[in-house]
Amino acid sequence: MTTRTRVPALGAEGWFSDGDEPALLGRRCTTCGTYAFPKVDFGCPNPACVGVDFEEVPLSRRGTVWSYTDAQYRPPAPYVVPGGDGAEHEPFCIAAVHLEAEGLTIMGQVVSGVGIDDLTVGAEMELVVDVLFSDDETDHLVWKWKPVAPATGADGGAS
Amino acid sequence: MAGDVVVLGVGMHPWGKWGRNFVEYGVAAARDALRDAGVDWSEVQFVSGADTMRNGYPGYVSGATFAQALGWNGARVASSYAACASGVTAIEAARTRILAGMCDVALVVGADTTPKGFLAPNAGDRPTDPDWLRFRLVGATNPTYFALSARRRMDLYGATSEDFARVKVKNASNGLSNPNARYQKPVTVEDVLASPIVANPLHLLEICATSDGGAALVLASAEFAARHAGSAGAPVRVAAVSTVTPSYPQTRIDLPDLATDSTAVVAEPDRPFKESIAFAAYEEAGIGPEDLSLAEVYDLSTALELDWYEDIGLCGRGEAEGLLRDGATELDGRIPVNPSGGLACFGEAVPAQAIAQVCEVTWQLRGQATGRQVEGATVGITANQGLFGHGSSVLLAR
Repeated sequence: MTTRTRVPALGAEGWFSDGDEPALLGRRCTTCGTYAFPKVDFGCPNPACVGVDFEEVPLSRRGTVWSYTDAQYRPPAPYVVPGGDGAEHEPFCIAAVHLEAEGLTIMGQVVSGVGIDDLTVGAEMELVVDVLFSDDETDHLVWKWKPVAPATGADGGAS
Repeated sequence: MAGDVVVLGVGMHPWGKWGRNFVEYGVAAARDALRDAGVDWSEVQFVSGADTMRNGYPGYVSGATFAQALGWNGARVASSYAACASGVTAIEAARTRILAGMCDVALVVGADTTPKGFLAPNAGDRPTDPDWLRFRLVGATNPTYFALSARRRMDLYGATSEDFARVKVKNASNGLSNPNARYQKPVTVEDVLASPIVANPLHLLEICATSDGGAALVLASAEFAARHAGSAGAPVRVAAVSTVTPSYPQTRIDLPDLATDSTAVVAEPDRPFKESIAFAAYEEAGIGPEDLSLAEVYDLSTALELDWYEDIGLCGRGEAEGLLRDGATELDGRIPVNPSGGLACFGEAVPAQAIAQVCEVTWQLRGQATGRQVEGATVGITANQGLFGHGSSVLLAR
């Protein structure tokens, strides 16, 4: 197998780090200290703050499930079917995970192999970087959530 | 009362999947509303359109589109877009113009023709548009967001799939004899639970469809209304209109965002966004939830109707299932919700929907809601939620 190129999916450039301990990359306002994800382009979202400067900060890699669901039907474009347009839709879970330290709740797909019955509000999740879809030479990457203690039989999926 | 804005006329084109030009529905609804008001089109001084994003340029300038279709009459015009709250933004444009004394009588119109299936963003790669990003990066459809709310109710408050299904059964029953409803057939809990799951825990029959339809209002100053006969008896009064935006930090993931604001520096506001929408209306009108005869709320899903019970103050957090199980929100209950049949029976025609909610409350307060009348109704509220921080609420009284 030749080496494939790994790139963040279009739109998510600079949203996360890759490697052994990947993290979402948030912004912290250098004036008031509030956090934002995804990156802020137009100044601090805190209406009481006039800050325009931010530092990039890796967000907590673990958080707790705020809520969760799944996609039993194939979402419409611009969603890209991982196996190509002709492939059958494989349902996947989606979780909104709350990061305590940053006070942010962030949605993402859950890694494959995890079903709706494996999730519950309050359960601990960890951030991974995974393939959103692939084309001929390139894996397009995105962040996903993975249960810290996978349910029996579920192998937690690729990362 | 002097200084009041009243609903002089209401009209709708029936909801369906007609596949015709949206202008046709808007014009039909407008003519109905003018007839109901006893007002000639030539008397209308201001036309306020609620825009559709799916029908090209005529939809972006809906006020002018409807004005031209009715025959140019020289009226001033505005066109509003506020996602699902567009209808009330158009109402508010007309109401404030009347309140400012710059207009006596205005026509508000919204209409839509919708494509089949999931609502999807406009075509083309737009990686800075959150509405594009949520589909591409997460595959998050509108039902994804509805389902996050539903699942949270189950895990936190013990809601069951049967509870959610019961909302649909109630609304389907209410809509049976509503001539403007798209779906007029009874539904059982078993029917709901037998329909395919779209986004767990929500089934196909629990998620509102997209529809074609049109709704219109004639709004007028109380003085103008006093000079006109219009409908029998005292006209329905617009007691308040709310179109508030969220207060930072917005702590619930709302369409189309992938993340909330941060609570690290500023604590969550006392009233979360959806609660603040109705609260602003109550505060403006000096009316409280205890004064309500009925409510029309945006049941984009069955479970979201339960969220609204709490958001508009019918009960405390986590108590909505109890209210439903007690039958309090049935047509003959203590506080009927969605007597029209709601989105469950209509499906959503985006720019028309929030106007249609006001039409229904008006018919209810006039005692004209044949087959679904809430006896002795005097005060009603509408509540609605849109994308991108939009939401609306209208309080009507008679």
